[in-house]
Parts: sequence; structure tokens; C-alpha cells
Amino acid sequence: MAALPKRIIKETERLNKEAPDGITAEPHEDNLRYFDVTIKGPGGSPFEGGTFKLELFLPEDYPMAPPKVRFLTKIYHPNIDRLGRICLDILKDKWSPALQIRTVLLSIQALLSSPNPDDPLATDVAKHYKENEKEAIAQSQEWTRKYAVAG
Amino acid sequence: MSSEGSDVDFYYDDDDEMIVDDDEGSAISEDDMDGIDTYRDDYAAQPSSSKRKIYEVEFDTLPQEAVEGLIRKDVEYISSILGVETDAASLLLRHMNWNKEKLIERYMEDSAAQSAKAGIAPVEPPPAQIPPSSSRSSSSRSVKTSSAPKRVTRRTTAESALKAKALLTPEPSVEPESFLCPICCDDSQPKTLSLVCDHKFCADCWVHHLKNKIRVEGDYSIKCMASGCTLIATDSFVTSTLAEEPESVERYKELIVRSFVAANKALKFCPYPSCTYTVSCPNAATKSALTQMVPTVHCATESHKFCFGCPIESDHRPVICGVAKMWLKKCEDDSETANWIKSNTKECSKCQSTIEKNGGCNHMTCRKCKYEFCWVCMGPWSEHGTTWYSCNRFDEASGIEARDAQARSRASLERYLHYYNRWANHEQSAKLSADMYAKTEKKMEEMQITSNLSWIEVQFAKKAADELFKCRMTLKWTYAMAYYLQKDNEKEIFEANQSDLEQAVESLTELLESPIEAEDIPVLRQKMTDKTVYVQKRSEIMLEDTAKGFLENRWRWNVNVDGFEPATVLAD
Repeated sequence: MAALPKRIIKETERLNKEAPDGITAEPHEDNLRYFDVTIKGPGGSPFEGGTFKLELFLPEDYPMAPPKVRFLTKIYHPNIDRLGRICLDILKDKWSPALQIRTVLLSIQALLSSPNPDDPLATDVAKHYKENEKEAIAQSQEWTRKYAVAG
Repeated sequence: MSSEGSDVDFYYDDDDEMIVDDDEGSAISEDDMDGIDTYRDDYAAQPSSSKRKIYEVEFDTLPQEAVEGLIRKDVEYISSILGVETDAASLLLRHMNWNKEKLIERYMEDSAAQSAKAGIAPVEPPPAQIPPSSSRSSSSRSVKTSSAPKRVTRRTTAESALKAKALLTPEPSVEPESFLCPICCDDSQPKTLSLVCDHKFCADCWVHHLKNKIRVEGDYSIKCMASGCTLIATDSFVTSTLAEEPESVERYKELIVRSFVAANKALKFCPYPSCTYTVSCPNAATKSALTQMVPTVHCATESHKFCFGCPIESDHRPVICGVAKMWLKKCEDDSETANWIKSNTKECSKCQSTIEKNGGCNHMTCRKCKYEFCWVCMGPWSEHGTTWYSCNRFDEASGIEARDAQARSRASLERYLHYYNRWANHEQSAKLSADMYAKTEKKMEEMQITSNLSWIEVQFAKKAADELFKCRMTLKWTYAMAYYLQKDNEKEIFEANQSDLEQAVESLTELLESPIEAEDIPVLRQKMTDKTVYVQKRSEIMLEDTAKGFLENRWRWNVNVDGFEPATVLAD
């Protein structure tokens, strides 16, 4: 495997030393471009109390191309589909090489705080959120309890 | 010519009246036949050397450099009118999708907002880490437009991005030698570059970024690498940064040309693979123009023939794009399968299940609903009393409706098949005649060797074959047109022309296929040349009359066609 670019080494170091609140990201030993990620559900959100597992992969072109990120834990969220794919602008067209793993994960955490049903990926969830927000939030909380709380 | 013009008006009026009163029909048809003769005379009076035929469209082909020239002209025009640099003018134009008038209007209203949107000046005041002494960013101070993200998620994204930027962007006081590029985290890069936003990155990363955007994403409006920065790299920045990547610069230019061509309705890129020519055809730029003509054009490479109005087929004259498209869709659609079902099956009059009778007697029992009926009259079997198997109840009211519907559908299918078979036959024949010509050519070559004929003397066969191919294509599309033409006198003339051309084409085909003997060649050549000229003339007449018909709005359709009056008589 080609040598790991300096940029990735630095980012990994910083993620280790000063991880953002509620976020962990650890590279695999055999593939330093592949990260196991956990994000804690932000306080005040329907996902509070849950710990969500994600996978993150830095493609060959990184940082010219965005990292690939996917939820592994089931989550009831209008911008995250059943396969865990995330609808987030900075992972697509708004990606900038100046962004980092850290900023991406912070943005995903922010997305948990403020679901955006107007730009949905999981259309059924979005519809639920638009038509009966209270019920949808309850559903999100239930899924969090069911799938994202250890034990 | 003027007398002919009045003639035309005369027909047109008659045509309108005819819809009201059918009795005048016969009288008009004679007049119309005279009309044909007029056209024929016209043709005889004007040999084919006259400049442009009525069924041809005026167009111009431009190489890529010429389009670049057009772009430059627009950019310079905007630059002088708005008093901005050419780089800025280019970005403004791209932002407005090359619409000069709209740009000038909007820019006059709010130049700062437009500059920000076009990516010339930063939207937000420059980040704190940029030294106030940076004179280049001063212009952006005043720009505080609110194109800030509207949605909550997006804002959080931008915020976190800003935080990251603050962490990553180097202190301005750092010496250039120890500059740490925030993208590659390399501090050994000697050269840094930035747009007017002053977000510095090493030259290597810029090259990668630009190349990636241009080559992989096909993007030509490339934003600054700093997240959230909306500044777009100017043409001069891109070309100077990619000085050692000429291929990427070429691609960049091509992308801009393509966007310019796409935005301009009077321009079209030649669709042939790796052809870089653009065709300009202002006459066919509007939708309504396409109801009056078939803009068959070609780029500087003459064989690159295409239709300016649609991607259906390179030359579908005489029928206009809309009708040609409708016809192809009909041919491709499963609608004909449905037609077959209609013609070959019947529906149970109780549960509407489709039933195909493949044997047995007329006493049918629907497998689904167990309804018993007579296959012949479709009436209930119970009404047949004891006269089993010999249905004499033809006029029974309960069966009439079912039978009528079936007869209509059968007739419509037959009508369609009539046109379709001829359409397909011409296509097939065109292909065959090309093969045929290949054989003839071989024979001709042999003859050239064995006899004393020169190369030029055997070219008549090629000319005939080329003409045949062209005419077969025209004929093919005349059947598509005829299918949709409403049955009236105009259609009769159309079909008369069609049949003349068809006969001419068939006899020329026969000549081309006749066996060639060396001693007969002079005679054959004479015959074939004559016939070719005749075919050419018939084809001219066909195309000319149809084109004139479109211009004069003479054609009436049996279906609703966009841009025409609704059909008065709808086809079944």
C-alpha cells in the first residue's frame, strides 16, 4: 500500500489527542484509511442517550474527494436511509479539501440535532416528520433506545 | 413569384372552408393540382445551382476557436459596459448563464450581490486571520449579502467548517518557508497560491484540486479550496496554475465552450464523437420555428449531418421533428401490442378479461367469471335458445357494441401497419441498396481494368446509389408524415408526390441492379444518369412542396401536434 499522506497522519493524530465531544474515531490497524467511528446522540435531540456506530473511509483522492461515511447503527432520521447512507451537502457537492474528518463528524453530529425533512433521503421518515413531528420524534427515541443503547 | 403567393393564399382560404363544406372538395383538388405544376415550373426555371432551397435551412459551422472568439467578444463587451476586469466579466457571464441583458440589468441593480453570487468577491467579510493590510480583499468588505445558508443543517455545516478553517489556516506572520499547507499538511512546499480571498494553499494542492474538478467532475466553476469560501477561480488563475497541464487547460476551455453553446439556443455542438465543431442556426432556435421547418444541418465535416431541432435522426425531412418523434414513439411503444390484443382477442362482456379463442365452438365460458356468451355476437349464450352453434342473432343489440369496437380497432391496426410496413421497407431497401452498390462498384472496378473506361466514367453508379439512399430516407419519413396527415386534398397531393418519387426510385433501383456488360455501359450510363436526375427532381419537388406546406401552414394532422391547431378529425 502506498505511503499514507502526511495529511491523514496528522488528522489521525489530532483525532486521537483531542477528540471532539461525544465523538471517537479510530483507524483500523490493517487499513489506516478505514475508521471505526462512534457519535453520541446530542443532548436535547431525539437521539440523546444513544451511541451510534459509523464507518468512515478515506478514498485514494482524499482530500480532493470527500470521505465516505455510513451509519452502522439503525437510526430513524429523515436524512439517513435504511442502509445508513447520509444526505449531507459537504459529503457531496459542497466538499472542500479544507474540510477534515473531524469537521465531517461534527457536521453529522449537528445533523442529528436538527433533522431536515425538507431535504429528505428516507422519504417515509421525512413524511412522518412533516405530518406528525411529535410522533416521529417518539419513534426516533424508541429506535435510539432499541438499537443505540448498549446492553 | 407574386402571383404564386396569391395562389397560395387562395388555397389556404379554401382549405379552411373545406372543413365546413365538403362538397367543394373536388373543385379544389383541381386547383391544387395546378399548384403542383406551378412548383414544377418554378423548379425548371431555377436550376439546382440557385443558392438555397426552400427545404434547406441557413446555418454556419464554427470551429472551437470561433466559439471561443464569441465568448471573448461577450466578455469584452460586459467588461467595458460594467467596467470590470475581463476575468470578472467572464465569471459574471457564466453565473448568468451567458445572458448579457439579464446580467447587465441585475448588475446595475446590485453589483455587490451579483459579484458575490458569481464568485468574484467573498460573501462574508474575509476571515480574521487575513491581515487588514491585504489591499486585495478590501473590496469585499462592503459585501455582506445574505446568501447565507437557509437551512439549519447547512448552517451548522458552515459553522463547523469555519471552525476547522480557523484551526487549519496558518498565521499570516509565518514565514513563507515554514508555510504548512492545510490540505496536504506538508511544510516543505515552496510555492503558495490563493484567490483574492487570500486563502493560501500550496501550488501542488491547487493543481490537484483544479485537475480533479476539471477532469473528474467536468466542472469549470471551481471554488476556492477553503470550506465555505464561495470564490471561483478565474480563467487566468486556472490557466496559469495549470501551465504544465495543457490537457487539463484544453478540457477547461472546452467545458466553457460547451456551457456557452448549451446556453445559446442558436448554437449546437456537432453530436458526432470527438467532433469539436459547433453549428450556428439562428433560424431554428425557437420551438415555433420547428413546426415550420426541418433544420437538417452539418458541421464543417460534411458527412456529420444532424438535425438541429432533435436527436431523432440525422435527416428526417420532410416531416418535422415533433411528428417524427411521435411516429417513432408509436413504432417503439407497446401500444401496438395492445392493438394486436384488441384485434385478436375479445373481452368477456361481464368481467372484461381478455380472451383469445384458439379453437372449439362458439359457446364460450369465461374461465374467470364463468359467464357464458357467444363468440360470434358477444351476446349472452342464454339468448341463443336451442339454436346451438349457428348464431343467427347478428343484430342483437347486446352484441353490436362489442363488434363495432373490434372492427374499429382492427381497421386502425391495418392502417398503422400499412404505413409502418412501407416505412420499414424503405429503411431496409436503403440498406440493401448500399450493399448493392458495393457489389456494383467492384464490378465497375473490374471493368475499368478490362475495358478502356476511365474512373470518372464509372462514377454514375455511385451518384445513383447516393441519390437512392437519400430518397429512400426521404420516402421513409413521408410515410410517417402521411400516417398523421388528415385526409384532405393536401394529403392527396402529398401522396401523389410521394408515389411519383417512389416510382422513380424503384425504377432507378431496378437499373442499378441490372446486370452490367462492358458493351452496354454507355447506354446504361445514359439511362442511369437520366433517371438519377429525374429522381433528384422528384425528390426536390417532394421536399419543396412539404417545406412550403409547413411555411404556409397547409398541413392538417389527425392528431394534436404541438404548435398546430387542434386536429379537427381525430384518428381512432
